[in-house]
Amino acid sequence: MLVDEAEETKTIVKVSGVNAKKCMKCGKCSATCPSFAEMDIHPHRFVSMVEEGDVLALMQSKSLWKCLSCFACVERCPRGVEPANLIEAARLMVIRERGRNRLKAEMIPSLLDERMPQQLLVSAFRKYSK
Amino acid sequence: MKFSYYPGCTLKTRAASLDEAARLSAEALGVIMEELPEWQCCGAVYPMARDEYATKLSAVRALDGAKQSDQPLLTLCSACHHVIKRVNNDMRTDSEMRMKVNNYMQLDTPYAGETEVIHYLEMLRDAVGFGKLREKVTNPLSGRKIAAYYGCMLLRPSSVMQFDNPENPSIMEDFIAAIGAEPVKYPYRNECCGGYVSVEEKSIAQDMSRRITHSAASGGAEAVLTACPLCLYNLNENGTGEVQVYYFTELLAQALGLKTVEGGLAHAC
Repeated sequence: MLVDEAEETKTIVKVSGVNAKKCMKCGKCSATCPSFAEMDIHPHRFVSMVEEGDVLALMQSKSLWKCLSCFACVERCPRGVEPANLIEAARLMVIRERGRNRLKAEMIPSLLDERMPQQLLVSAFRKYSK
Repeated sequence: MKFSYYPGCTLKTRAASLDEAARLSAEALGVIMEELPEWQCCGAVYPMARDEYATKLSAVRALDGAKQSDQPLLTLCSACHHVIKRVNNDMRTDSEMRMKVNNYMQLDTPYAGETEVIHYLEMLRDAVGFGKLREKVTNPLSGRKIAAYYGCMLLRPSSVMQFDNPENPSIMEDFIAAIGAEPVKYPYRNECCGGYVSVEEKSIAQDMSRRITHSAASGGAEAVLTACPLCLYNLNENGTGEVQVYYFTELLAQALGLKTVEGGLAHAC
């Protein structure tokens, strides 16, 4: 598939509503991220990669599936940059493509247990599928 | 005191005891919870993307339903509260979203974020008052050491949620003290339990949930309270098993001396 990285960057900036230029590179977002150890690209890098227009690597990153949407990075950023919005936008750019859903309905029965709240399935579907 | 009430999908099923104990307790406290006649699942996670509209409509419908009754909208599940409060903020502050959502919904009067969204804990604090609650307690949980687990959704981002101090909250500890127990503060009370990631990567949720339950137990807590069905699931299924995890309303009902139908009280004992 033909991908225009500059266009993808513009879309991520628009969809996320983030102004990456506000970042002062303090690294607090990565320091506070509870998923830091699971990620290959860390929250402070999401911001600089978008600023540099280097979003294809971000879109292939396993970090897309490790963010918990806990909003720790959003809360604690001293510059109001909202790194979580960038990873959400990058994930959406992936799952909005046909056939790129991470979680499929047929996978659900094997993942279920009888105590699992509906809230968990709804959340996961909203995050991993379109 | 009358509120429109949004229960949410899980409170009708897996988390029925959270809902049931809340309703019985409200009745005992003179609070009327009027369930919205029609409501849809809120979607469980707030859609952060600026171009997501359809995924926010169910929250707007709930908000407009409360507006029609001219009542604040009472929520109970942390995730529902988070989604509905943030969508309400969008409707108030984002003119493009307001226009698009209203163009789609074609309500008699456009919705512009007029409804006040109140979590049950805020209702106890601000409408009932913890002092008044303390007076209504007939079965104080004296001698019990109980820890609050806030998680993420009630607190962050604090600019919108405006629930409590996001780094050093106290509303749940004040609640625990009001029902006669001894609140236990511990370092992980506002850290993430792992959330939805536990559907496919249990090990991540285990790492996080274990830190939380172990931290609470190390502080001397015998039980942990939450308002969130997913937090309860993660702490129970993926935690260390060192502490019992309850919905805060279960212990509220117990302290008020109420018998719940589905064994919720037995669960809370």
